[in-house]
Amino acid sequence: MIRMEHIYKNFGQLAVLNNVSLSVQKGEVVAIIGPSGSGKSTLLRCLSRLEAIDRGTIAVEGEVLAADNPEGKSHYAAEGEARRICRKMGMVFQHFNLFPHLTVLENVIEAPQVVQGASREAIIPEAQMLLDKVGLLEKKDVYPSHLSGGQKQRVAIARALAMKPGIMLFDEPTSALDPELTGEVLKAMRQLAEEHMTMVVVTHEMAFAREVAHRVIFMDKGEIVEEGTPQRLFNSPQHPRTQAFLNSAL
Amino acid sequence: MEYILSIIGPMLEGTVVTLQMFFITIVLSLPLGLLLALGRISRFKAVSGTVGVYIWLMRGTPLMLQLLFVYYGLPFIPYIGVKLPDFPAALVAFTLNYAAYFAEIFRAGIQSIERGQYEGAKVLGMSYVQTMQRIVLPQVIKRVLPPISNETITLVKDTSLIYVLAMNDLLRTTRSIVQRDFDTAPFLVAAVFYLAMTFVLTWIFQKLEKRYAVYDE
Repeated sequence: MIRMEHIYKNFGQLAVLNNVSLSVQKGEVVAIIGPSGSGKSTLLRCLSRLEAIDRGTIAVEGEVLAADNPEGKSHYAAEGEARRICRKMGMVFQHFNLFPHLTVLENVIEAPQVVQGASREAIIPEAQMLLDKVGLLEKKDVYPSHLSGGQKQRVAIARALAMKPGIMLFDEPTSALDPELTGEVLKAMRQLAEEHMTMVVVTHEMAFAREVAHRVIFMDKGEIVEEGTPQRLFNSPQHPRTQAFLNSAL
Repeated sequence: MEYILSIIGPMLEGTVVTLQMFFITIVLSLPLGLLLALGRISRFKAVSGTVGVYIWLMRGTPLMLQLLFVYYGLPFIPYIGVKLPDFPAALVAFTLNYAAYFAEIFRAGIQSIERGQYEGAKVLGMSYVQTMQRIVLPQVIKRVLPPISNETITLVKDTSLIYVLAMNDLLRTTRSIVQRDFDTAPFLVAAVFYLAMTFVLTWIFQKLEKRYAVYDE
Protein backbone atom coordinates (compact mmCIF):
# COMPACT_ATOMS: atom_id res chain seq x y z
CA MET A 1 0.00 0.00 0.00
CA ILE A 2 2.77 2.41 0.96
CA ARG A 3 6.33 2.32 -0.21
CA MET A 4 8.85 4.88 1.01
CA GLU A 5 12.41 4.30 -0.11
CA HIS A 6 15.64 6.00 0.89
CA ILE A 7 13.99 9.13 2.18
CA TYR A 8 16.25 12.04 3.07
CA LYS A 9 14.96 15.22 4.64
CA ASN A 10 16.90 18.14 6.07
CA PHE A 11 15.71 21.15 8.00
CA GLY A 12 18.56 23.50 7.15
CA GLN A 13 21.70 21.77 8.35
CA LEU A 14 19.81 19.26 10.47
CA ALA A 15 19.23 15.85 8.91
CA VAL A 16 15.77 14.84 10.18
CA LEU A 17 15.40 11.79 7.99
CA ASN A 18 18.49 9.96 6.95
CA ASN A 19 17.91 7.19 4.42
CA VAL A 20 14.64 5.93 5.88
CA SER A 21 12.68 3.21 4.08
CA LEU A 22 9.25 2.03 5.08
CA SER A 23 6.77 -0.31 3.43
CA VAL A 24 3.27 -0.96 4.69
CA GLN A 25 1.09 -3.81 3.48
CA LYS A 26 -2.67 -3.72 3.06
CA GLY A 27 -4.43 -4.20 6.38
CA GLU A 28 -1.25 -3.81 8.32
CA VAL A 29 -1.06 -1.68 11.48
CA VAL A 30 2.38 -0.16 11.92
CA ALA A 31 3.34 1.73 15.04
CA ILE A 32 6.31 4.09 14.96
CA ILE A 33 7.87 4.85 18.31
CA GLY A 34 10.95 6.76 19.37
CA PRO A 35 12.14 9.77 21.36
CA SER A 36 11.16 13.35 20.49
CA GLY A 37 13.10 14.65 17.54
CA SER A 38 13.67 11.17 16.17
CA GLY A 39 11.95 12.10 12.89
CA LYS A 40 8.93 9.85 13.32
CA SER A 41 6.37 12.63 12.89
CA THR A 42 8.34 14.11 10.01
CA LEU A 43 8.25 10.75 8.25
CA LEU A 44 4.46 10.72 8.49
CA ARG A 45 4.22 14.36 7.41
CA CYS A 46 6.38 13.61 4.37
CA LEU A 47 4.03 10.82 3.45
CA SER A 48 1.02 13.14 3.57
CA ARG A 49 2.83 15.88 1.66
CA LEU A 50 2.90 18.29 4.59
CA GLU A 51 6.66 18.29 4.28
CA ALA A 52 8.61 17.85 1.06
CA ILE A 53 11.36 15.26 0.98
CA ASP A 54 14.80 16.11 -0.42
CA ARG A 55 15.57 12.69 -1.84
CA GLY A 56 13.82 9.37 -2.12
CA THR A 57 10.77 7.68 -3.54
CA ILE A 58 7.21 7.61 -2.23
CA ALA A 59 4.50 5.47 -3.80
CA VAL A 60 0.96 4.93 -2.57
CA GLU A 61 -1.04 1.99 -3.86
CA GLY A 62 1.42 1.68 -6.71
CA GLU A 63 1.17 5.32 -7.77
CA VAL A 64 4.33 7.36 -7.54
CA LEU A 65 3.97 10.52 -5.49
CA ALA A 66 7.63 11.46 -5.50
CA ALA A 67 10.73 9.96 -7.08
CA ASP A 68 14.37 10.85 -7.54
CA ASN A 69 15.21 12.60 -10.77
CA PRO A 70 18.60 11.98 -12.48
CA GLU A 71 20.27 14.70 -10.37
CA GLY A 72 19.34 12.77 -7.23
CA LYS A 73 16.72 15.26 -6.05
CA SER A 74 13.20 14.21 -5.30
CA HIS A 75 10.62 15.31 -7.81
CA TYR A 76 6.92 15.36 -6.98
CA ALA A 77 3.94 14.52 -9.15
CA ALA A 78 2.03 17.56 -10.44
CA GLU A 79 -0.14 19.29 -7.85
CA GLY A 80 -3.51 17.87 -8.96
CA GLU A 81 -2.08 14.40 -9.39
CA ALA A 82 -0.32 14.54 -6.01
CA ARG A 83 -3.53 15.68 -4.36
CA ARG A 84 -5.42 12.78 -5.92
CA ILE A 85 -2.81 10.24 -4.77
CA CYS A 86 -2.78 11.65 -1.23
CA ARG A 87 -6.56 11.35 -1.03
CA LYS A 88 -6.00 7.63 -0.52
CA MET A 89 -4.72 8.57 2.92
CA GLY A 90 -6.55 10.13 5.83
CA MET A 91 -4.64 11.85 8.58
CA VAL A 92 -5.29 12.57 12.24
CA PHE A 93 -3.19 15.20 14.03
CA GLN A 94 -1.95 15.66 17.56
CA HIS A 95 -3.87 18.95 17.81
CA PHE A 96 -7.00 17.74 15.96
CA ASN A 97 -7.12 20.68 13.52
CA LEU A 98 -10.90 20.64 13.43
CA PHE A 99 -12.51 23.61 11.66
CA PRO A 100 -13.82 25.80 14.50
CA HIS A 101 -16.36 27.67 12.37
CA LEU A 102 -18.16 24.46 11.39
CA THR A 103 -20.29 22.18 13.52
CA VAL A 104 -19.24 18.60 14.13
CA LEU A 105 -21.42 17.31 11.29
CA GLU A 106 -20.26 20.08 8.94
CA ASN A 107 -16.65 19.23 9.75
CA VAL A 108 -17.30 15.67 8.60
CA ILE A 109 -19.19 16.51 5.39
CA GLU A 110 -17.02 19.47 4.34
CA ALA A 111 -14.35 17.60 2.36
CA PRO A 112 -16.71 15.13 0.64
CA GLN A 113 -18.79 18.12 -0.47
CA VAL A 114 -15.96 20.40 -1.53
CA VAL A 115 -13.45 17.89 -2.85
CA GLN A 116 -15.65 15.12 -4.19
CA GLY A 117 -18.61 17.30 -5.07
CA ALA A 118 -21.04 15.15 -3.10
CA SER A 119 -24.38 16.73 -2.33
CA ARG A 120 -25.13 17.53 1.29
CA GLU A 121 -28.16 15.25 1.37
CA ALA A 122 -26.24 12.35 -0.13
CA ILE A 123 -23.37 12.52 2.32
CA ILE A 124 -25.21 13.22 5.59
CA PRO A 125 -26.38 9.63 6.30
CA GLU A 126 -22.82 8.38 5.83
CA ALA A 127 -21.46 11.16 8.05
CA GLN A 128 -24.00 10.38 10.77
CA MET A 129 -23.04 6.73 10.58
CA LEU A 130 -19.38 7.66 11.09
CA LEU A 131 -20.21 9.94 14.00
CA ASP A 132 -22.28 7.17 15.53
CA LYS A 133 -19.36 4.83 15.12
CA VAL A 134 -17.09 7.11 17.17
CA GLY A 135 -19.92 7.64 19.67
CA LEU A 136 -20.60 11.30 18.94
CA LEU A 137 -23.82 11.36 16.96
CA GLU A 138 -25.61 13.34 19.67
CA LYS A 139 -22.94 16.06 19.37
CA LYS A 140 -23.41 16.53 15.63
CA ASP A 141 -24.75 20.08 15.83
CA VAL A 142 -22.33 21.57 18.34
CA TYR A 143 -19.18 23.49 17.51
CA PRO A 144 -15.79 21.91 18.25
CA SER A 145 -15.01 24.38 21.05
CA HIS A 146 -17.71 22.70 23.13
CA LEU A 147 -16.02 19.30 22.93
CA SER A 148 -13.39 17.69 25.12
CA GLY A 149 -10.04 16.79 23.58
CA GLY A 150 -10.98 13.15 23.28
CA GLN A 151 -14.24 14.03 21.57
CA LYS A 152 -12.45 16.39 19.19
CA GLN A 153 -10.04 13.67 18.22
CA ARG A 154 -12.86 11.22 17.59
CA VAL A 155 -14.54 13.80 15.32
CA ALA A 156 -11.21 14.20 13.53
CA ILE A 157 -11.13 10.46 12.94
CA ALA A 158 -14.69 10.49 11.56
CA ARG A 159 -13.80 13.48 9.37
CA ALA A 160 -10.82 11.63 7.89
CA LEU A 161 -12.88 8.48 7.34
CA ALA A 162 -15.56 10.42 5.47
CA MET A 163 -13.16 10.65 2.52
CA LYS A 164 -13.03 6.83 2.45
CA PRO A 165 -9.25 6.55 2.63
CA GLY A 166 -7.57 3.18 2.24
CA ILE A 167 -4.89 4.17 4.71
CA MET A 168 -5.10 6.12 7.96
CA LEU A 169 -2.15 8.04 9.34
CA PHE A 170 -2.10 9.05 13.00
CA ASP A 171 0.42 11.63 14.22
CA GLU A 172 0.60 11.27 18.00
CA PRO A 173 -3.20 11.26 18.26
CA THR A 174 -3.31 11.08 22.04
CA SER A 175 -0.33 13.25 22.98
CA ALA A 176 -2.37 16.42 23.52
CA LEU A 177 -5.02 14.67 25.61
CA ASP A 178 -5.51 14.39 29.34
CA PRO A 179 -4.64 10.85 30.40
CA GLU A 180 -8.24 9.96 31.22
CA LEU A 181 -9.30 10.88 27.65
CA THR A 182 -6.80 8.80 25.72
CA GLY A 183 -8.82 5.61 26.20
CA GLU A 184 -11.80 6.69 24.09
CA VAL A 185 -9.53 7.67 21.17
CA LEU A 186 -7.49 4.49 21.36
CA LYS A 187 -10.72 2.51 21.43
CA ALA A 188 -11.85 4.10 18.17
CA MET A 189 -8.46 3.37 16.63
CA ARG A 190 -8.53 -0.20 17.86
CA GLN A 191 -11.92 -0.64 16.26
CA LEU A 192 -10.51 0.59 12.95
CA ALA A 193 -7.66 -1.86 13.21
CA GLU A 194 -10.15 -4.67 13.81
CA GLU A 195 -11.86 -3.67 10.57
CA HIS A 196 -8.51 -4.23 8.84
CA MET A 197 -7.84 -0.59 8.06
CA THR A 198 -4.25 -0.03 6.99
CA MET A 199 -2.78 2.23 9.67
CA VAL A 200 0.47 4.00 10.42
CA VAL A 201 0.51 5.31 13.96
CA VAL A 202 3.19 7.55 15.42
CA THR A 203 2.65 7.18 19.14
CA HIS A 204 3.96 7.30 22.66
CA GLU A 205 1.32 4.79 23.77
CA MET A 206 3.44 1.70 24.23
CA ALA A 207 0.51 -0.42 25.39
CA PHE A 208 -1.40 0.45 22.22
CA ALA A 209 1.61 -0.34 20.02
CA ARG A 210 2.08 -3.63 21.81
CA GLU A 211 -1.53 -4.77 21.61
CA VAL A 212 -2.77 -3.41 18.30
CA ALA A 213 0.21 -3.04 15.96
CA HIS A 214 1.37 -5.86 13.74
CA ARG A 215 4.77 -4.29 13.44
CA VAL A 216 6.60 -1.77 15.59
CA ILE A 217 9.30 0.51 14.26
CA PHE A 218 11.77 2.23 16.54
CA MET A 219 13.25 5.45 15.17
CA ASP A 220 16.06 7.53 16.61
CA LYS A 221 18.06 10.44 15.18
CA GLY A 222 16.38 10.27 11.79
CA GLU A 223 16.93 6.56 11.24
CA ILE A 224 15.00 3.36 11.66
CA VAL A 225 17.04 1.62 14.31
CA GLU A 226 15.05 -1.52 14.71
CA GLU A 227 11.73 -3.02 13.71
CA GLY A 228 9.80 -6.18 14.35
CA THR A 229 6.68 -7.67 15.83
CA PRO A 230 5.61 -6.00 19.06
CA GLN A 231 6.55 -9.11 20.99
CA ARG A 232 10.06 -9.22 19.64
CA LEU A 233 10.69 -5.48 19.85
CA PHE A 234 9.29 -4.97 23.33
CA ASN A 235 10.46 -8.25 24.89
CA SER A 236 13.87 -8.67 23.35
CA PRO A 237 15.10 -5.46 21.72
CA GLN A 238 18.40 -6.04 19.97
CA HIS A 239 19.82 -2.57 19.65
CA PRO A 240 21.21 -0.74 22.71
CA ARG A 241 19.37 2.47 21.71
CA THR A 242 16.05 0.59 21.57
CA GLN A 243 16.80 -0.97 24.93
CA ALA A 244 17.63 2.42 26.45
CA PHE A 245 14.48 4.02 25.02
CA LEU A 246 12.18 1.23 26.16
CA ASN A 247 13.72 1.24 29.61
CA SER A 248 12.92 4.92 30.01
CA ALA A 249 9.51 4.76 28.31
CA LEU A 250 7.97 1.74 29.97
CA MET B 1 -36.65 75.20 15.02
CA GLU B 2 -38.11 76.66 11.89
CA TYR B 3 -34.63 77.70 10.86
CA ILE B 4 -33.32 74.17 11.32
CA LEU B 5 -36.17 72.73 9.26
CA SER B 6 -35.33 75.17 6.51
CA ILE B 7 -31.71 74.03 6.25
CA ILE B 8 -32.44 70.31 6.52
CA GLY B 9 -33.36 70.01 2.85
CA PRO B 10 -30.00 71.11 1.43
CA MET B 11 -28.19 69.20 4.17
CA LEU B 12 -29.99 66.00 3.23
CA GLU B 13 -28.88 66.56 -0.34
CA GLY B 14 -25.30 66.81 0.93
CA THR B 15 -25.82 63.65 2.96
CA VAL B 16 -26.83 61.79 -0.20
CA VAL B 17 -23.50 62.71 -1.79
CA THR B 18 -21.66 61.60 1.35
CA LEU B 19 -23.52 58.29 1.49
CA GLN B 20 -23.05 57.59 -2.20
CA MET B 21 -19.33 58.16 -1.88
CA PHE B 22 -19.23 56.00 1.24
CA PHE B 23 -21.18 53.02 -0.12
CA ILE B 24 -19.52 52.79 -3.50
CA THR B 25 -16.09 53.09 -1.86
CA ILE B 26 -16.88 50.28 0.60
CA VAL B 27 -18.29 48.01 -2.08
CA LEU B 28 -15.20 48.47 -4.24
CA SER B 29 -12.43 48.69 -1.66
CA LEU B 30 -13.30 45.63 0.44
CA PRO B 31 -12.90 43.09 -2.39
CA LEU B 32 -9.91 45.00 -3.76
CA GLY B 33 -8.37 44.95 -0.29
CA LEU B 34 -8.86 41.19 -0.02
CA LEU B 35 -7.26 40.71 -3.42
CA LEU B 36 -4.31 42.89 -2.41
CA ALA B 37 -3.93 40.95 0.84
CA LEU B 38 -3.71 37.68 -1.10
CA GLY B 39 -1.14 39.34 -3.36
CA ARG B 40 0.81 40.61 -0.38
CA ILE B 41 1.20 37.07 1.03
CA SER B 42 1.86 35.52 -2.37
CA ARG B 43 4.96 33.38 -2.63
CA PHE B 44 5.80 35.15 -5.88
CA LYS B 45 8.18 37.89 -4.80
CA ALA B 46 7.28 40.15 -7.72
CA VAL B 47 3.61 40.13 -6.69
CA SER B 48 4.11 40.55 -2.95
CA GLY B 49 6.78 43.21 -3.52
CA THR B 50 4.64 45.27 -5.89
CA VAL B 51 1.67 45.12 -3.54
CA GLY B 52 3.98 46.05 -0.65
CA VAL B 53 5.14 49.19 -2.46
CA TYR B 54 1.54 50.05 -3.34
CA ILE B 55 0.41 49.76 0.28
CA TRP B 56 3.40 51.79 1.42
CA LEU B 57 2.54 54.58 -1.02
CA MET B 58 -1.14 54.63 -0.15
CA ARG B 59 -0.63 54.60 3.59
CA GLY B 60 2.41 56.82 3.46
CA THR B 61 0.89 59.85 1.75
CA PRO B 62 -2.08 61.96 2.80
CA LEU B 63 -5.46 60.92 1.46
CA MET B 64 -6.03 64.59 0.58
CA LEU B 65 -2.91 64.58 -1.59
CA GLN B 66 -4.14 61.45 -3.36
CA LEU B 67 -7.50 63.11 -3.99
CA LEU B 68 -5.87 66.17 -5.47
CA PHE B 69 -3.49 64.05 -7.53
CA VAL B 70 -6.21 61.90 -9.11
CA TYR B 71 -8.27 64.97 -9.98
CA TYR B 72 -5.59 67.46 -11.03
CA GLY B 73 -2.47 65.37 -11.65
CA LEU B 74 -3.73 62.28 -13.43
CA PRO B 75 -4.66 64.02 -16.70
CA PHE B 76 -0.99 64.91 -17.21
CA ILE B 77 0.36 61.36 -16.88
CA PRO B 78 1.35 60.02 -20.32
CA TYR B 79 -0.67 57.07 -21.71
CA ILE B 80 -2.85 56.39 -18.68
CA GLY B 81 -3.75 60.02 -18.09
CA VAL B 82 -7.48 60.67 -18.02
CA LYS B 83 -9.45 63.63 -16.91
CA LEU B 84 -12.04 62.34 -14.49
CA PRO B 85 -15.06 64.32 -13.33
CA ASP B 86 -15.00 65.13 -9.61
CA PHE B 87 -17.15 62.28 -8.29
CA PRO B 88 -15.34 59.42 -10.10
CA ALA B 89 -11.99 61.01 -9.29
CA ALA B 90 -12.81 61.10 -5.59
CA LEU B 91 -14.13 57.56 -5.79
CA VAL B 92 -10.89 56.29 -7.33
CA ALA B 93 -8.79 58.00 -4.67
CA PHE B 94 -10.91 56.73 -1.76
CA THR B 95 -11.10 53.21 -3.13
CA LEU B 96 -7.36 52.91 -3.80
CA ASN B 97 -6.54 54.36 -0.39
CA TYR B 98 -9.00 52.32 1.67
CA ALA B 99 -8.18 49.13 -0.20
CA ALA B 100 -4.59 49.50 1.05
CA TYR B 101 -5.76 49.73 4.67
CA PHE B 102 -8.21 46.86 4.24
CA ALA B 103 -5.44 44.82 2.63
CA GLU B 104 -3.32 45.10 5.75
CA ILE B 105 -6.26 44.14 7.95
CA PHE B 106 -7.05 41.10 5.80
CA ARG B 107 -3.38 40.12 5.63
CA ALA B 108 -3.07 40.17 9.41
CA GLY B 109 -6.31 38.19 9.66
CA ILE B 110 -5.21 35.56 7.16
CA GLN B 111 -1.83 35.17 8.80
CA SER B 112 -3.43 34.76 12.22
CA ILE B 113 -5.10 31.51 11.13
CA GLU B 114 -3.09 28.59 12.52
CA ARG B 115 -1.06 26.44 10.18
CA GLY B 116 -3.00 23.42 11.42
CA GLN B 117 -6.10 24.67 9.60
CA TYR B 118 -4.25 24.62 6.28
CA GLU B 119 -2.81 21.21 7.08
CA GLY B 120 -6.18 19.82 8.10
CA ALA B 121 -7.65 21.01 4.81
CA LYS B 122 -4.71 19.77 2.79
CA VAL B 123 -4.82 16.20 4.06
CA LEU B 124 -8.53 16.15 3.23
CA GLY B 125 -7.57 16.86 -0.37
CA MET B 126 -8.60 20.51 -0.61
CA SER B 127 -6.82 22.79 -3.05
CA TYR B 128 -5.43 26.21 -2.08
CA VAL B 129 -8.49 27.98 -3.46
CA GLN B 130 -10.89 25.60 -1.68
CA THR B 131 -8.94 25.96 1.56
CA MET B 132 -9.06 29.74 1.36
CA GLN B 133 -12.72 29.88 0.39
CA ARG B 134 -14.13 27.31 2.76
CA ILE B 135 -11.77 27.18 5.73
CA VAL B 136 -9.53 30.23 6.06
CA LEU B 137 -11.55 33.25 4.89
CA PRO B 138 -14.74 32.42 6.85
CA GLN B 139 -12.60 32.41 10.00
CA VAL B 140 -10.75 35.54 8.92
CA ILE B 141 -14.01 37.50 8.67
CA LYS B 142 -14.74 36.91 12.34
CA ARG B 143 -11.29 38.12 13.33
CA VAL B 144 -11.20 41.23 11.13
CA LEU B 145 -14.69 42.54 11.88
CA PRO B 146 -13.58 44.92 14.68
CA PRO B 147 -10.77 46.62 12.69
CA ILE B 148 -12.93 46.71 9.54
CA SER B 149 -15.65 48.37 11.55
CA ASN B 150 -13.11 50.98 12.69
CA GLU B 151 -11.98 51.79 9.16
CA THR B 152 -15.53 51.92 7.90
CA ILE B 153 -16.52 54.48 10.49
CA THR B 154 -13.42 56.51 9.64
CA LEU B 155 -14.42 56.45 5.98
CA VAL B 156 -17.79 58.08 6.72
CA LYS B 157 -15.93 61.04 8.14
CA ASP B 158 -13.10 61.00 5.57
CA THR B 159 -15.61 61.52 2.77
CA SER B 160 -15.77 65.12 3.94
CA LEU B 161 -12.35 65.62 2.29
CA ILE B 162 -14.08 65.88 -1.08
CA TYR B 163 -14.73 69.52 -0.29
CA VAL B 164 -11.29 70.19 -1.84
CA LEU B 165 -12.79 69.19 -5.19
CA ALA B 166 -15.62 71.63 -4.50
CA MET B 167 -18.15 68.82 -4.17
CA ASN B 168 -21.18 69.56 -2.05
CA ASP B 169 -21.18 66.76 0.49
CA LEU B 170 -22.75 67.11 3.93
CA LEU B 171 -19.92 69.11 5.48
CA ARG B 172 -19.32 71.53 2.61
CA THR B 173 -23.05 72.19 2.29
CA THR B 174 -23.17 72.89 6.00
CA ARG B 175 -20.21 75.23 5.80
CA SER B 176 -21.75 77.29 3.06
CA ILE B 177 -24.96 77.62 5.08
CA VAL B 178 -22.93 78.77 8.07
CA GLN B 179 -21.12 81.36 5.96
CA ARG B 180 -24.35 82.54 4.38
CA ASP B 181 -26.35 82.90 7.61
CA PHE B 182 -23.62 83.79 10.14
CA ASP B 183 -24.99 81.08 12.42
CA THR B 184 -23.00 78.06 13.68
CA ALA B 185 -26.07 75.95 14.56
CA PRO B 186 -25.87 74.04 11.22
CA PHE B 187 -22.54 72.58 12.42
CA LEU B 188 -24.39 70.93 15.31
CA VAL B 189 -26.99 69.58 12.92
CA ALA B 190 -24.22 68.18 10.71
CA ALA B 191 -22.65 66.51 13.76
CA VAL B 192 -25.98 64.84 14.50
CA PHE B 193 -26.15 63.62 10.88
CA TYR B 194 -22.67 62.11 11.09
CA LEU B 195 -23.46 60.54 14.46
CA ALA B 196 -26.61 58.99 13.05
CA MET B 197 -24.66 57.45 10.17
CA THR B 198 -21.93 56.03 12.40
CA PHE B 199 -24.57 54.78 14.82
CA VAL B 200 -26.18 52.71 12.10
CA LEU B 201 -22.78 51.33 11.08
CA THR B 202 -21.89 50.46 14.65
CA TRP B 203 -25.20 48.67 15.00
CA ILE B 204 -24.67 46.69 11.79
CA PHE B 205 -21.20 45.59 12.85
CA GLN B 206 -22.46 44.61 16.29
CA LYS B 207 -25.06 42.40 14.61
CA LEU B 208 -22.39 40.85 12.43
CA GLU B 209 -20.09 40.20 15.37
CA LYS B 210 -22.94 38.55 17.23
CA ARG B 211 -23.65 36.34 14.25
CA TYR B 212 -20.05 35.17 14.17
CA ALA B 213 -20.00 34.67 17.94
CA VAL B 214 -21.87 31.35 17.57
CA TYR B 215 -18.54 29.59 17.53
CA ASP B 216 -15.40 30.03 19.64
CA GLU B 217 -11.95 29.30 18.43
